[in-house]
Amino acid sequence: MSNVPTDRMYARSHEWAHEQADGTVAVGISDHAQESLGDLVFVEVPEVGRTLQQGEACAVVESVKAASDVYAPVAGTVVAVNQALAQAPELINKDPYGDGWILRLKPSAALATADLLKAEAYTTLAEAG
Amino acid sequence: MPFIPHTEADVAEMLAAIGAPDVESLFAEIPGELRVRALAGVPEGLNEQQVMRLMQARARQDGLPLNFIGAGAYPHHIPAAVWALVSRGEFYSAYTPYQAEASQGTLQTIYEYQSMITALTGMQVANASMYDGATAVSEACLMAVRANRKSTSARILIPTTVHPHYRAVTQASTGGQGLELKTSAYLRASGQTDLAAFASYEGQDVTALVIQQPNFFGVLEEVDALTDWAHARGALVIAVVNPISLAVLKAPAQWGTRGADIVVGDGQPLGCPLSSGGPYFGFMATRMDFVRQMPGRIVGRTVDLDGRPGFTLTLQAREQHIRRGKATSNICTNQGLLMIAGTIYTALMGAEGLERVAYACMSRSAELVTALSRVPGVRSAFSGARFHEAVLLLDRPAAPVLEALAARGIEAGLDLSGYYPELGSALLVCATEVHTAEDIATYAAALAEVLKSARVA
Repeated sequence: MSNVPTDRMYARSHEWAHEQADGTVAVGISDHAQESLGDLVFVEVPEVGRTLQQGEACAVVESVKAASDVYAPVAGTVVAVNQALAQAPELINKDPYGDGWILRLKPSAALATADLLKAEAYTTLAEAG
Repeated sequence: MPFIPHTEADVAEMLAAIGAPDVESLFAEIPGELRVRALAGVPEGLNEQQVMRLMQARARQDGLPLNFIGAGAYPHHIPAAVWALVSRGEFYSAYTPYQAEASQGTLQTIYEYQSMITALTGMQVANASMYDGATAVSEACLMAVRANRKSTSARILIPTTVHPHYRAVTQASTGGQGLELKTSAYLRASGQTDLAAFASYEGQDVTALVIQQPNFFGVLEEVDALTDWAHARGALVIAVVNPISLAVLKAPAQWGTRGADIVVGDGQPLGCPLSSGGPYFGFMATRMDFVRQMPGRIVGRTVDLDGRPGFTLTLQAREQHIRRGKATSNICTNQGLLMIAGTIYTALMGAEGLERVAYACMSRSAELVTALSRVPGVRSAFSGARFHEAVLLLDRPAAPVLEALAARGIEAGLDLSGYYPELGSALLVCATEVHTAEDIATYAAALAEVLKSARVA
């Protein structure tokens, strides 16, 4: 049973989006996603300043058995990336909702208007498979 | 013995299981106008004895000419031990093995090969080899577009001093993927890439610069200045090098302030005989930062559960069988047999042997240029320092001269008029350690005679 915090929104492609006090949105992958991927060995993050469409591939998480794209849960401009992941990709395995964040976006539209799931709906989706 | 594993009974059984009347019916959905009924010009099959006779007759037509052509494929002495070892059953495969880790010997050989390529180029990591030099250049251009994340133009500068075939292959395989290949002029006096000609790209987004060293004319480029120019403008540097030359020239990792980013080339000079264009092998090396953007297979050294050393295919998440359409490349094997020949050749020669070969190449080709330039109507085209090739200018069209020399058993060089018409009548010639002083004298005397007789006529 994976952990799904209720303080944030989720994409069907297993990313989370968490609105920060400064109006930016932190993005990472869910506990369910990191568990399915297994031990991560490499994370490729985007360039700061890059403009992303909602659903655009913006990062790659690579485990010993697979490499998967991470898709932008909302449209926006990349304002920060988690540099610590370069040396410690396992942060995503250890703390997917905290230290394992991947990037922060300045969203081009309000988070509430994006087609995202609340924790309950995402839990149902993740449990279904 | 047929090499098709299914007997007629097997085929009949399989067809019956799916309810198809015959094999032909499996292709019924392909429209008739798209079907090739018979292959025009393909004769009936021959048995082994007939094939041997035919191929021997063809080989006799080639004769054993003195070959001074070069231009990307070079005659070198190959110690007999190389192919005696390569032909052993344990090595005799064209590819990285399936169930790779079950073939520890092959993986160890590839690992040794990768180590040799990194030692020659000075780079941090090499892949398990590629098809040939030309495809390695095109893969390097695609890799540069992935690796240079600050650049969005996919614009690659590939000067005309880069091998024309490499440029043509790169255009063919990357043009459809949106890469923009730009050529630029060379200095007519020295034969080097003209750095000033890049001025038109000042302030523009350039993804990478390709530098061939020695260049197609055999001339040594100002690699430090070219490398620094590219890096100062955010472009990556793709080095295209001759592995033998690296025994005496500066390793690409030391070019300029930061060194080349991707290094490729054709491995043919290392133990692969000249053979109608191939098979040869390509090599590729890069810095560790870019390893995940590198195409091809990589063998790593590791330990097993009991702590014993072993070899494994590594970083496979880049590859097609894992990443599907987003893989770094559609290349998912290596040029196994020729790569092994290169590894054994390099191991036998050692650093000292390679250096002696490289110096012999340089001095033989200098002797060749001196001898040929003394012939009336012949002069050296460029003043730039050379490795083992040179461009000569003739006072008349090269093609009939080459034909007359071929009739005397001398393959006297490559006619450049089709590739570089601005040079007029130009010939690319090469000499290596296999050419003796007598061979060079024979060529010079024959050239003098051919030019003289034509002049009289």
